Amino acid sequence: MISQILSAVGAMIFGVAVCAAYFLFSNKLLDAIFPAKEGGDVHRVAVNLRRRGLIRPWLFLGPALFLLAVYLVYPVVATLILSFYGPDGSKFVGGANYVWAFNDTEFRQSIFNNILWLAVVPAACTFFGLVIAVMTDRIWWGNIAKAVIFMPMAISFVGASVIWKFIYEYRGGSDTQIGLLNAVVQLFGGTPEVWITIPFWNNFFLMVMLIWIQTGFAMVILSAALRGISEETIEAAVIDGANGWQIFWKIMVPQVWGTIATVWTTITILVLKVFDIVLTMTNGQWNSMVLANLMFNWMFRGGGDSGRSAVIALVIMAAVTPIMIWNIRRANAETKGR
Amino acid sequence: MLGTLRRIGPARLFVHFAVLLIVILWLLPTLGIFVTALRDKDQIVVSGWWTAFSGSSQTAAVRLAGPDKAVQDGPNYVIAGTVAGEGNSGNGKIESFGMRVQEPAAYKVGSSADLGNGETLTVNADGSYRYQKNAPFEADARSKRIYLTIATPPQFTLDNYRNVLTGEGIGQSFINSLTVTIPATVIPILIAAFAAYALAWMEFPGRAVLIALVVGLIVVPLQMSLIPLLRIYNEIGQMFGVSSKTYPGIWMAHTAFGLPLAIYLLRNYIAGLPKEIIESARVDGASDFDIFVKIILPLSFPALASFAIFQFLWVWNDLLIAMVFLGTDKDRLVLTAALNALLGSRGGNWEILTASAFVTILIPLLVFFGLQRYLVRGLLSGSVKGG
Repeated sequence: MISQILSAVGAMIFGVAVCAAYFLFSNKLLDAIFPAKEGGDVHRVAVNLRRRGLIRPWLFLGPALFLLAVYLVYPVVATLILSFYGPDGSKFVGGANYVWAFNDTEFRQSIFNNILWLAVVPAACTFFGLVIAVMTDRIWWGNIAKAVIFMPMAISFVGASVIWKFIYEYRGGSDTQIGLLNAVVQLFGGTPEVWITIPFWNNFFLMVMLIWIQTGFAMVILSAALRGISEETIEAAVIDGANGWQIFWKIMVPQVWGTIATVWTTITILVLKVFDIVLTMTNGQWNSMVLANLMFNWMFRGGGDSGRSAVIALVIMAAVTPIMIWNIRRANAETKGR
Repeated sequence: MLGTLRRIGPARLFVHFAVLLIVILWLLPTLGIFVTALRDKDQIVVSGWWTAFSGSSQTAAVRLAGPDKAVQDGPNYVIAGTVAGEGNSGNGKIESFGMRVQEPAAYKVGSSADLGNGETLTVNADGSYRYQKNAPFEADARSKRIYLTIATPPQFTLDNYRNVLTGEGIGQSFINSLTVTIPATVIPILIAAFAAYALAWMEFPGRAVLIALVVGLIVVPLQMSLIPLLRIYNEIGQMFGVSSKTYPGIWMAHTAFGLPLAIYLLRNYIAGLPKEIIESARVDGASDFDIFVKIILPLSFPALASFAIFQFLWVWNDLLIAMVFLGTDKDRLVLTAALNALLGSRGGNWEILTASAFVTILIPLLVFFGLQRYLVRGLLSGSVKGG
């Protein structure tokens, strides 16, 4: 045990030190190659300073650009190319993988389920987040309530799976139900079920988990946006005789519309990448497969088929692209406004 | 009371009630595994965790001693003995007994049950019994089966934790998770901070394009990267004759996948720092490296801290990248992967699953509640500008 800990600590120090050493020594080296000592040749010093100014940004950016290029930019191109090749990436097959995908029942099932996830989860998280933010902002113990609702953000999807599997636990025969959901169903006279094996509806039992995890995120951000609403608009509405419902829908919601859109898109991206929950709860059985898991399966199942999994990855990418373009536009507008 | 109620108002009361309900709903799932992980493993399967504090009662079937043990006592014949520790867990308290499984609680302990035929049976709370008949017991009859209702007091134990930490490899995985997480948190911050400074304050051609690139890369799904990267890793591994699944390999993967968001958030923050400080330092002859280390880093502490928490939670809770880049060998499993493996192999052993789950979420919860202030600030500063 001790030796394991020691080697772990050693590895950590090594990793961080290599990274820090790069920045320190590359900058020292630059200063040494182009000295700019006072009292030297003035012209030379000026030239050296300019050269340093040309090179140093790339020293600062170097590791980041290298990693981004290798881990994110190159794979996008490589995946595109792989999607036209056979299982091991050596034989060109043209559009065969695409034809396969759109005729495959499992693929269509995954697309259907993904659309279901996209329709339900971002909407539910944003709606609950907004409602809870409005309510908790009005009570004195609101911050405690917020901390509790925010807490699942810290829990891994796998941990959440254990938590919710326990809630959905089913025990056959005359055994006492130890899963909370079945116990409640039984209390009200219903029949216990194996919830995560019911086709179609099991999707919703899995979505509940992601909603449970993500509502806190939506709540925190929307709560901050709500605080930014000017008091005067609300007071004016109250004087004009608006009730709470009208204030919420006609005064508050329109003023935080931009934030609602941000929260919605952030959760949408997350939903497209959802992998752990489906893997640990059903592994795609009982018609609960989603794209990310289908892709993972094709990567490793039976030795793997890189062409087919590349097609699935590209479908996910295509779904994200509009959000990416919107993001870049918005960031550009923001930078210009600064 | 009525006065207070009126002042609070029904609407306000409704809000309190609704929030309370939501808080309970949000807390219940996690509470379930916390309580279960502390329970005795035999009790977990016989009663729901919500009954853990009230104790549980279970029915046990036991046999009395056979007719050959009968002793004559005046005109009666008596079979006496004890049922304690016989088919029942032994630490419970016997509350009642019965003759038929449909009515296991027909008679209270200590009372005398009239079974007809001149037979009576008394079972005491300590398990001793007296089975009496006013005539000899038939010698060939089987020993009598009775049913007991046993109340077990709430029992809490740390055994489940001891088991998973030593026996199920969770202890090893805990160290593995730390080995992955700490460098994968520090390295991206360092790299992102340098890059963010360059993008915010240094003049060079192509800066605007790079910023747009970083923003665009935020949404690239990382599933996309897995196959091409695995190929590169395998080739490099073969070239140097080392395994393709190494700690530096996974550090770099986590670093790269966290970088776009980190650079974006940190650039927003660093670009917002006052211009005068940086320009006066430049005039004083400080190089960009000095400005970064001595001025920018200390000033950016809140932004760095909030991103550090994010990255930490993200890496600690990740399953996919660890499965692909670190593999599923038993001695390299991170906590999430170990828990996933247990879900497959120990699906019904809730004492193991819940205790393991608690170990995996302990550290993130500590980080989360300890540094929540920074986390919320980070969420608000970068991601929703102008919201």
